[in-house]
Amino acid sequence: MDGSLPVDDDTWTVAGRTFRSRLIVGTGKYKDYAVNAAAAEAAGAEMVTVALRRVNLSDPSQPMLADYVKPDRFTYLPNTAGCFTGEEAVRTLRLAREAGGWDLVKLEVLSRDKTLYPDMEETLRALKLLFVEGFQVMVYCSDDPVYARKLEDAGAAAIMPLGSLIGSGLGIQNRLNIHLIVEAAKVPVVVDAGVGTASDAAVAMELGCDAVLMNTAIAEARDPIRMARAMKHAVIAGREAFLAGRMPRRMYADASSPMSGLI
Amino acid sequence: MAQISRSAHPPHSGGLRLIVNGEQGVYEAVTDLTDLVLALGLDPRKVAIELNLAIVPRSLYGDTAPRDGDRIEIVHFIGGG
Repeated sequence: MDGSLPVDDDTWTVAGRTFRSRLIVGTGKYKDYAVNAAAAEAAGAEMVTVALRRVNLSDPSQPMLADYVKPDRFTYLPNTAGCFTGEEAVRTLRLAREAGGWDLVKLEVLSRDKTLYPDMEETLRALKLLFVEGFQVMVYCSDDPVYARKLEDAGAAAIMPLGSLIGSGLGIQNRLNIHLIVEAAKVPVVVDAGVGTASDAAVAMELGCDAVLMNTAIAEARDPIRMARAMKHAVIAGREAFLAGRMPRRMYADASSPMSGLI
Repeated sequence: MAQISRSAHPPHSGGLRLIVNGEQGVYEAVTDLTDLVLALGLDPRKVAIELNLAIVPRSLYGDTAPRDGDRIEIVHFIGGG
């Protein structure tokens, strides 16, 4: 590596699709779709998560996501937010597949409580249902290395453990677990949820994750577009640090200036 | 353009009674799903349709005739995380 634009050659591949950007952004919570689109551009994102909902029959002229965050520019990753069972997830993603014409999806089956913690038993069951139907499933999950392996065994296209709770901005609470998941996985690992600021994204990448997925950290920043740019740099920095290989941790000081030749 | 009347108690008429996205309505001059989508002011390329819990491929909207009492879901992508 000669140091000239090394990141450009550093790609990752999920379900046969190759991306240069390792930052996946959500499209929720923004003031409007115009800010959303500008933030996604500033993030350098190539993939965005989207939700599927009923059209508003009383106002069919309201702005549409696809007119701003254009599907020919960004790979849409339809999610199953709001689904609490495997059957609901399958129904939603069948519709998403018809609406979008692709089969790469994000499965999230959450608990019905204030943690929105992944319901892993139901998530695994839903994954098996979706796999049979030919979906390529990126799976939001807990940071449990055993469940991560079960998801991979069941055909997950990517494992997406939480850093901390959705929308909490508390960063990566269990670096060890993320590391264990990365170490064992043969499919891409994406930290999804919990990133609050740029250093959190860098940590995820330094742990060897293939990508980071975030929404609230950008959407709820005072200046979302600037934060999107910060996240882009953080992900690149974290990735580069991971590839560079960090120095060992030491208990005590190790002087950087030589002791020989002192006057 | 098809005539639409939506209310909790639609007036009796010769129109088609459909439940679209949970709302009862009476649809005049709607013979297929393309008619319905256009009558609702929507772009058929940007939605997906479920007819009585079964997906209808977009290529079949013009060949699919909803019947009285059918439950139809019309969805699209919105912002989400």
